[in-house]
Amino acid sequence: MSTRIATDRAPGVAATKTGEFAPSLQLSVDHDLCPGCGEPLALRLVLELIEELGHAHNAICVVGIGCYTALGSSIGVDMIQALHGRAPSLATGAKRMRPATLLFTLQGDGDMVNEGLQEVIHTAARGENVTCVLLNNGVFGETGGHMTATSVLGQRTKNTLEGRDAARHGHPISLAEMLAPLGGAAYVARGSVHDAPNIVRTKNMLRRAFEAQLAGEGFSLVEILTMCPTGWFVPTAKGPGYLDEVIGAVHRIGEIKARTR
Amino acid sequence: MSVVTRGTVVIAEERCKGCELCVPACPPRVLAMSERRNAIGARVPDLMPGCTGCGACLLVCPDFCFEVYQYDEAVVHGDAR
Amino acid sequence: MKRRLMEGSEAIAEAAIAAGCKFFAGYPMTPFTELLEHFAAKLPTAGGACVNAESELEAIGMAWGAAATGARAATGSTGQGLALMQESLSELVRAELPLVVFNMARGQFDYFQATRGGGHGDYRLVVLAPIDVAEAVDLTQRAFEIAERWRNPVLIYGDYLLAHTAEAVDVRALDLTTHANEWRADGTGRARGGPRHVSSIGMQPGAKGIDAEVFWKRLAAKHEQIAASEARFEAEHCDDAELLVVAFGSLARFARHAVRELRREGVRAGYFRPVTLWPFPSEALARAAGGVKRVAVLEQNAGQMIDDVRLAVLGRAPVVAIGGISTDAHGFGIGRFFDPEQVRARIEGALPERHVA
Repeated sequence: MSTRIATDRAPGVAATKTGEFAPSLQLSVDHDLCPGCGEPLALRLVLELIEELGHAHNAICVVGIGCYTALGSSIGVDMIQALHGRAPSLATGAKRMRPATLLFTLQGDGDMVNEGLQEVIHTAARGENVTCVLLNNGVFGETGGHMTATSVLGQRTKNTLEGRDAARHGHPISLAEMLAPLGGAAYVARGSVHDAPNIVRTKNMLRRAFEAQLAGEGFSLVEILTMCPTGWFVPTAKGPGYLDEVIGAVHRIGEIKARTR
Repeated sequence: MSVVTRGTVVIAEERCKGCELCVPACPPRVLAMSERRNAIGARVPDLMPGCTGCGACLLVCPDFCFEVYQYDEAVVHGDAR
Repeated sequence: MKRRLMEGSEAIAEAAIAAGCKFFAGYPMTPFTELLEHFAAKLPTAGGACVNAESELEAIGMAWGAAATGARAATGSTGQGLALMQESLSELVRAELPLVVFNMARGQFDYFQATRGGGHGDYRLVVLAPIDVAEAVDLTQRAFEIAERWRNPVLIYGDYLLAHTAEAVDVRALDLTTHANEWRADGTGRARGGPRHVSSIGMQPGAKGIDAEVFWKRLAAKHEQIAASEARFEAEHCDDAELLVVAFGSLARFARHAVRELRREGVRAGYFRPVTLWPFPSEALARAAGGVKRVAVLEQNAGQMIDDVRLAVLGRAPVVAIGGISTDAHGFGIGRFFDPEQVRARIEGALPERHVA
């Protein structure tokens, strides 16, 4: 039997701090997103990367509308709030005026793949030097967990309580694969945040996307599968497993397109 | 039985929401949910000896509850601290 | 620059560029298309960017993003395209962003759309309605300054005739105030004292949640201030007029011409033209209508501006409609009654002595 170690204070022996509560570009850690939500994990990655790439002085985030919108006020760089689905067009206009800025969007699947599908396709086709970050949890979280264009067959949601059925609700869209063939798309990848190794891999995908942008290679998309235990009707501890086995079985993790440099 | 501990964490228990994601994320399995509850009623995790300071808990916590330290020298824990 | 013969679309594009416009996005639709063509040809040389947007919704989105960085930006369309932009327009008001939006309208059928709007919530756009190419050149430049001063979109109501009529104009840059735009989210916020967030939902950096009521009340108070200070109008021969003719935009040119002609013949007609459709120059119109026997509204639609005229006149005199629906076979708003003799006949038909009381 082990005795617990006190965790309410810094260590009493000589030690080096290797991890801060939150990135320095995060203005607040107080948020009301559900227990077990994967979206804050993605936020941490982008905020750490902006700093690591030396762009804290010149970065813009365009935020869509979804649960993650609440995290927008925590973003410690310039931020432009967009309407549902419209972040890619705002990103286009802003980047054209500020081409040296590191500019990325933060959007959910309902936002990017439902409402704003045409916007992200056109922005990718035009090869705008922006990075679109898709937080994909297969539901419209903010309205209570409804079906989106990425919800997988069989997935139970608030308006597909018996599970998404192809005959009634159609088939899911895997956005990353849809954008990759476009000539203007330079880097397209899908990662996830359901465990530490995947979080690390996803950060590398984001880094490559940002680097492609800064090198002027064109459009980049990093789709990040995030847990939504509330929307998936599972206990928080089962969220990562559900992501891996149900969502990840349809929306496959990996780098889909990268220009060789 | 003795356990080598190479690091530790500080946990901001007041903002923990009891999601338990840190427990399976910890490679040496030194985090376990306790029966202690914070002000919002969430059960919070306990840390046992054996932490390596890897930071996996920090990565997976949606509420930014973890600060991670690596000891300059490993500490050996017996049955009592 | 000297006076040069230019169609309205070209003159407007030149005026916008003279005012420092650096971004334009648009989608082709008659009679707005040429405005996009001119911006596409001229903006890059002037150090700006013009994007051929894939939809009107994306056009206003792009202009929104550009404006949020503090750049002078514009977009536009005709009525149908403006209809697609309504949500964005109302949100731009709440984002407190300066943006100039052109409705090169099919006639005067979009007065309600321009002044009431189809977006959600309490919001107002400043609406400027030029009478001719020269005034369009002037108002386009002022629009950028007004938009920045109030941090509110400004709509310019043009039409087919304005777009395609060529007049000799001198597009000279007006000497207007420049604004610091400290609110801009151009990426450099941290270097200027803290991240800048441009949000139409009222979020503040570092703060959780929003207080919608406080936010919307503040915007409403701002619109009251705009209403109290930005109304513009043109009026002639009102003092002893028996009939006051009210008209806006291209059609007003014919009304003004007819009133001047009738005056030379001794007819006591007056002319009043709102230059701002919002804020509608109600007080000035009420004063102009003070002693008249009848107010005649000449507009090319089923009756839209007449509502605002009736509100302003408030019973001081009877208000009659002497315009109506008049357009070409395609519906582009090339009204057949845009003719000096037809307009004069309509005005004469409204003169008090011609009617049984």
